[in-house]
Amino acid sequence: MGLLLAALLVLSFGVAAKLQPQFIEWRGSRADDDMLKVLLGESSKLFANEFYAKADSYYHSGFYPGIFDNNEAFKTAHMAEDTGAVSSRNHGEEESFMGPPRNWIDAFGRHFLPDRHTHLDQGGPNDDLSTSDEVREILPWLKLSTDLDPQNVQNYTVTAYWLRQRMHKPDAAHEVLLEGLQENPGSCDILFELGRLYAESDHDTNRAVNVWNAAIRNWRPIKGDDDTAIANDFIYEKIATQLGETEINEGHWQAAIEWFEKARQVSRTPDALKQMIDEIRQKIPASTSVPPPTAP
Amino acid sequence: MRNIVAVAGVVIKELYRRKDFYVLFIVTVLICLVMASVNIFNDDKIVRYLKELCLLLVWISSLVIAITTTARQIPAERENRTLLPLLAKPLSRLQLVLGKFFGCWFACGLTLLCFYVFFGALSASREHHWPLMNYFQAATLHWFALGIIVAMALLGSLVFAAPSSNSTICFVVVGGILLVGRHLDKVALPLPEPVRSVLLAVYYAIPHLEFFDARDLIIHNWPLIHWRYFMLAIVYAVAYAAVFLTGASLVFRRQAVN
Repeated sequence: MGLLLAALLVLSFGVAAKLQPQFIEWRGSRADDDMLKVLLGESSKLFANEFYAKADSYYHSGFYPGIFDNNEAFKTAHMAEDTGAVSSRNHGEEESFMGPPRNWIDAFGRHFLPDRHTHLDQGGPNDDLSTSDEVREILPWLKLSTDLDPQNVQNYTVTAYWLRQRMHKPDAAHEVLLEGLQENPGSCDILFELGRLYAESDHDTNRAVNVWNAAIRNWRPIKGDDDTAIANDFIYEKIATQLGETEINEGHWQAAIEWFEKARQVSRTPDALKQMIDEIRQKIPASTSVPPPTAP
Repeated sequence: MRNIVAVAGVVIKELYRRKDFYVLFIVTVLICLVMASVNIFNDDKIVRYLKELCLLLVWISSLVIAITTTARQIPAERENRTLLPLLAKPLSRLQLVLGKFFGCWFACGLTLLCFYVFFGALSASREHHWPLMNYFQAATLHWFALGIIVAMALLGSLVFAAPSSNSTICFVVVGGILLVGRHLDKVALPLPEPVRSVLLAVYYAIPHLEFFDARDLIIHNWPLIHWRYFMLAIVYAVAYAAVFLTGASLVFRRQAVN
């Protein structure tokens, strides 16, 4: 019996020694070192979207539509919309997604639920602006969403924006954006946010302009009227506008007008940009005035 | 009354002799502590995800304790042949049902007290404040919801053949009410007759346990629930528990005890 046990022990040791190197080389053994990804597989993106929505629900302190409610006013996450870098698809009234009470049970039940539309960065349910750094509460869900779907660039830009803007942690925001760039090389959205970080937190305009120029070079047009194309055009418009404003600050009127013209070509609201261009033209000294650009 | 208290006392003693509560409490504590140790951007004030997780575990644990403890009470008495001697003493069937109900309900109250003290300590460790009245409201509503569930499971234990089937049915019904009970009327509206009327009847008939789920309010630090609505919810819970207990005593009165 003892001999048999010893033989089995030797056999298992031998098999383990034989298989170990192959197992280490096999990519599936690591699966990006993430247990969640191994468990969830391709469904991880669905969960990532759920956690992203959860973060937005936290941004509203729980006042958020469920699957049975009208979510027209929440199609684009407000926490992303408020960063100013995401085009909005929201319509309708944010306050009344539940509609009027349907019956006494519904009316009574609403006394036990969050009942007001608030944003964490504006003080949340207590309307206390000194607690705007409570927007930190959305970060665990964004981090989880990032881990599950590293290709969703909004996870990085939204996380970095709030880290920088309300939590005053530009270094952490920088790290998040670099990690995002590693996963999504050349992403215009991430480069745009990185430029804003350099410009607004580090006050390094040259570096910001370089990054925004890199974003413009990486941008590719997408045809169509669907949400992806709209979002793609919107980020180009934002980058071009940002570059135009930088040129205004430098006193380079002509370059500024060129950037605003480029932004106008893809903008869904070209009139506002046209007005801005006209205003710049009026400011230009007579000696440096530029002829109006030819129609595209 | 003395008989009811005596039966209830036995049920409470049974709960702290069994390991269910200890296991669930330790698992809850361990999961929460592990999650609390996760470093999120070096910010040690982030707490709401922890509060949400802790409250979810508290709700699950309390439902498990309430349903499994209640579902086995009368079947166990019958199986051990102690039901007949119990009823042979000056103890009516109604007193037995009420004793079992109050025993299970108070036992749930004790477990909730432990869970909510842990929850309060966990959130205070990061938030540095104790919204005691909010916790009181949430725990009391939770306890009264468990009162309805205990009464429902007690009725189930007299209707269904085995504690296992009763527990499963109770879990499905309670889970269903908590998840979709509030929206059942919306689901019913586009459906054709007679399904629509049936679903609407179910909507009005079920106990709306979601009234007692104040988790979102305490996770996100909302102000107190208005005391008038809080008291109305308590009355609502008492009414539904009374309905189920009346049903249980009526069923039990007609059942053979051996």
